[in-house]
Amino acid sequence: MSSETSSAAAIGDVEGVSLYDVDHPAPVIEPPRKRTGKTPKASRTNFEMYAWLFMRLSGIVLVVLVIGHLLIQLVLDGGVSKIGFAFVAGRWASPFWQVWDLTMLWLAMLHGANGLRTVINDYAERDNTRFWLKMLLYTATVFTVLLGTLVIFTFDPNIR
Amino acid sequence: MATPTLDKTDGTAKPEAGFADSPFITATFRIRRFNPEVSDEVQWQDFQIEIDPKERVLDALHKIKWELDGTLTFRRSCAHGICGSDAMRINGKNRLACKTLIKDINPDKPITVEAIKGLTVLKDLVVDMDPFFQAYRDVMPFLVTKGNEPTRERLQSAEDRERFDDTTKCILCAACTSSCPVFWNDGQYFGPAAIVNAHRFIFDSRDEAGEQRLEILNDRDGVWRCRTTFNCTDACPRGIEVTKAIQEVKRALITRRF
Repeated sequence: MSSETSSAAAIGDVEGVSLYDVDHPAPVIEPPRKRTGKTPKASRTNFEMYAWLFMRLSGIVLVVLVIGHLLIQLVLDGGVSKIGFAFVAGRWASPFWQVWDLTMLWLAMLHGANGLRTVINDYAERDNTRFWLKMLLYTATVFTVLLGTLVIFTFDPNIR
Repeated sequence: MATPTLDKTDGTAKPEAGFADSPFITATFRIRRFNPEVSDEVQWQDFQIEIDPKERVLDALHKIKWELDGTLTFRRSCAHGICGSDAMRINGKNRLACKTLIKDINPDKPITVEAIKGLTVLKDLVVDMDPFFQAYRDVMPFLVTKGNEPTRERLQSAEDRERFDDTTKCILCAACTSSCPVFWNDGQYFGPAAIVNAHRFIFDSRDEAGEQRLEILNDRDGVWRCRTTFNCTDACPRGIEVTKAIQEVKRALITRRF
């Protein structure tokens, strides 16, 4: 061989006694979660398809809802300085804004949770880690969605 | 390739001198070496060779193996882009060594050659292809029909053949699957190559198990894990529009379910 990179010990002549030889080869680095003959077969549900479709459809709706929400809250009619208890109370007096905020809450939470579920499925290597991360995610999602829904429906403008 | 020179003194394989304008250039190949019988660590090793830039990377690997270091290990069978044995990561992109000309990948800088990613490296450029072929087997890549076998050919119109023409070109080299970031992180994903070969039968008018294959690909590790990053389409040495094929399977699933 003509030239070598920084590490001078080329393959074949490692200094000292090598730990590995033909009968005791080094462990190879296996990729995470290899597919084998024992990989579970199809579960025969359409869940993944619905999840995929939901991401696309909720995404489209959210673009309208969120941009509208941001415009109203931050840009139009005085911007962010106008927001106060009275402003929120006024908006939630109308069923239209109640429905708007409720839809936005549900879609955004489920959209985000599904996205995070995908990320966990992709990156968590160990089955246990994956399971507990997803449990944490589902708990947080259910809690936020329920609390938000409760507030929108039971909001009392005359609260002391 | 020229006759190998035997009288090399400085270790560099030189072609016969005497050509006024020699087509040969000096190119550096930086190869990722791994030999579990020697060390558990991988190592980048540089080889400088004199080679005609119109030759292919495979020729350079041959030259290194035959004239400089016989321990260099890689797969190749036909050496003409049909068998799909020599897919490797050349300058960071999955290609077939036998279809990549040296002049096309800038020989001024060291050319990096490493094994394809996402599969177990067994030695140097050789990877364990079992998980890849397991995914291939799992999509039933064979004709499935009901009833008696006809006494003559199963005829098909040119239009019906055209429907899946693109995906018949696959040579199972694993360049697409091992370029897919989802596959790198989770080997349970079927990967583009398996989906391409399912596509080839799902859209074949003579086949009757399309629904079964769609069901397999509808699962957690099926087409819905695809993020359309187009790495597979970029990597395919046969020019198959892999991502498009995956999207067509998705569309077939949605339209047939609703």
